[in-house]
Amino acid sequence: MPGFPRRLTSRAAAGLALLPALTILLVAHLGSTSWTIWISLTSSRMLPNSNFVGLRQYETLLNNDRWLVSAQNLAVFGTLMVVGSLLVGLLLAIAIDQRLRVENTLRSIFLYPFSMSFVVTGLAWQWMLNPTHGIQKLVRGWGFETFQFDWIVRQETVIYTLVFAGIWHAAGLVMAIMLAGLRGIDEEIWKASRVDGIPAWRTYVSIVIPMLGASFATAGILLSASVVRLYDLAVAMTNGGPGLASEVPAKFVMDHLFERGNLGLAAAAATSMLVTVVSIAAPLLYARSRARTAETRR
Amino acid sequence: MGRSRFHALVPAAVLTMLAGAASAQQRAEVIHWWTSGGESAAVRVFAEQFTKAGGTWVDTAIAGGANARTAAINRTVGGDPPTAMQFNTGKQFDDLVENNLLADVDSVAAAQNWKAILPEAIISAVSRNGKFYAVPVNIHGQNWVWYNKSVLEKVGAAEPKSWDEAIVVLEKIKAAGLIPLAFSGQKNWERDLFNTVMLDKAGPVVWNGIYTQRSEAAARSAEFRAAVETFAKLRNYVDAGSPGRNWNDATALVIQGRAGMQVMGDWAKGEFAAANKMAGKDFGCTLFGSKGGGYVIGGDVFAFPKQKDASRTGAQMLLAKTMLEPETQILFAQKKGSIPVRTDLDTSALDICAQKAAGLMKDKSQQVASVQMLAPPAMNGAMEDVISQFWNGPSTTTDQFIEKVVGVLKQRY
Repeated sequence: MPGFPRRLTSRAAAGLALLPALTILLVAHLGSTSWTIWISLTSSRMLPNSNFVGLRQYETLLNNDRWLVSAQNLAVFGTLMVVGSLLVGLLLAIAIDQRLRVENTLRSIFLYPFSMSFVVTGLAWQWMLNPTHGIQKLVRGWGFETFQFDWIVRQETVIYTLVFAGIWHAAGLVMAIMLAGLRGIDEEIWKASRVDGIPAWRTYVSIVIPMLGASFATAGILLSASVVRLYDLAVAMTNGGPGLASEVPAKFVMDHLFERGNLGLAAAAATSMLVTVVSIAAPLLYARSRARTAETRR
Repeated sequence: MGRSRFHALVPAAVLTMLAGAASAQQRAEVIHWWTSGGESAAVRVFAEQFTKAGGTWVDTAIAGGANARTAAINRTVGGDPPTAMQFNTGKQFDDLVENNLLADVDSVAAAQNWKAILPEAIISAVSRNGKFYAVPVNIHGQNWVWYNKSVLEKVGAAEPKSWDEAIVVLEKIKAAGLIPLAFSGQKNWERDLFNTVMLDKAGPVVWNGIYTQRSEAAARSAEFRAAVETFAKLRNYVDAGSPGRNWNDATALVIQGRAGMQVMGDWAKGEFAAANKMAGKDFGCTLFGSKGGGYVIGGDVFAFPKQKDASRTGAQMLLAKTMLEPETQILFAQKKGSIPVRTDLDTSALDICAQKAAGLMKDKSQQVASVQMLAPPAMNGAMEDVISQFWNGPSTTTDQFIEKVVGVLKQRY
């Protein structure tokens, strides 16, 4: 009998505690999202209006070179940046996991880029990669007159410089996550593999790395989120250039939202981004929740 | 603790309220984006003249034109408008007029007789449906060609009169081992360079055909094609470091004598002045207009959002009037590198480039309106994308480029 009301109050308290989060979710996320979708169906220019035009903005979007190039760039950047960061981060973590004496120093050095904003990262790399006052000039100054490193000013290669800066920025974080995972692995496994005379690299590849699934998932999700948001790095490093070669979808949205006074088209682009993310994320989340239910049943 | 803090606050609050009441009549909060050295010196002229006229200037400078406009528009739509907000002369405030958010300045315009003292292109840029909705404060020429006199002397070249002549000079500078054309490879400057070439090679008729009538025939004309081909040739005269460079860094190359010439608006003069270089002695300025009409005019205006509190309207009108007073106009132009928007002033106090410009302003056939005055921002942005893609992608053919321009002209904005 006394248990019943107490359970009720605790439930009410939980509800109360959730209220602010719920309000933010409803107003800020769902509210803004539905408003954006609505605006994408109107002819809004600098200011929002409610002149319904159906899917005209989407039609314009799909015929827009810059949008298509942006989407393609994001695909290239996203794939290479996520895979590259995971790989570099993992290798750094394994290197540090060898119980080096300078572990703390190295860990700070590797994690340091992550503490910098994308704007600072972008500017620093822009200066270093600029052929007239960066690495190319330095090496030429050493006497290698024919040395060429001008990726950032060439349309075909500029996107890889963004990938490079992205990996430099994120690898430290991946390392920290992977290192935590490595440290969580039972010492007994290592002892057993040593007793069996299995070489260390083999133990990593066949036993330890497969056990790091959760770390990979965490790092992968964090990286993917930063890929979709990619904006400030591109603005600071190349401002989308040369030409359209390093334009990205978020920059398309921002430019059309403000400078170009084209709310309708910007909203259509933002909605397309959302639809893409949801259509990739939904099956994954569904599969994960099914796997979890299956696990609890077992 | 709590009490003592409260006591400390009361007098401060009362003082603020009193101060607010005293100057509420003529207090003007102005949002603008003039933040660089020369620019902020220029905007101080407005502030000082406004103070002299009995107003209180509240400065809200926001770096970056797009940022400043966005902030001002958001506040206006949100019901907390500033007293005045800056725009480029042109179509940027169209939507605000359509949504009835701007106050007209007809009373000031009538008192100062704007219709007689302002150039026609500027009058049509600031009026909508027969009413004045903004006060134009200056005129900037956008298609100036700046050159380093000693570099041209060294290669034995005289001041070129057209792009065809300029290419000969650029070739000579290249042979001398210098950067021929100092360039800042950002989308808007790529567009301005294209426009500068287009005006010279194709003339005002095609210019208006493209940006005003959005005519497909203009884009397919032989003159336009010639302009595109000349523009493409200029790729040979810029250096590898040009993509992404800031315009003032490109100006610095000309100032230091590492590059021969630069195409840039007359705001570049501020950089020359800061480096103690004299117009006509250290650097030269010229305009190319082989087809008659070679001066692209743009500039800045201030618009006045409608106010709930009627007392603020007085400050708006005082500010509008002050900005166009002859003394303010000359002082401002000297600091800003622009020329006065009034055509009835004595410009002998300005440098030779500005005097040249003021002379052109007296002859209507010499002027064309800037793209910001003729086309909405969405179309100018789409043109930027197409031009930038062409400039940076040498594999794109002239035909492909012209098709893309036609695509831009056909789109609805």
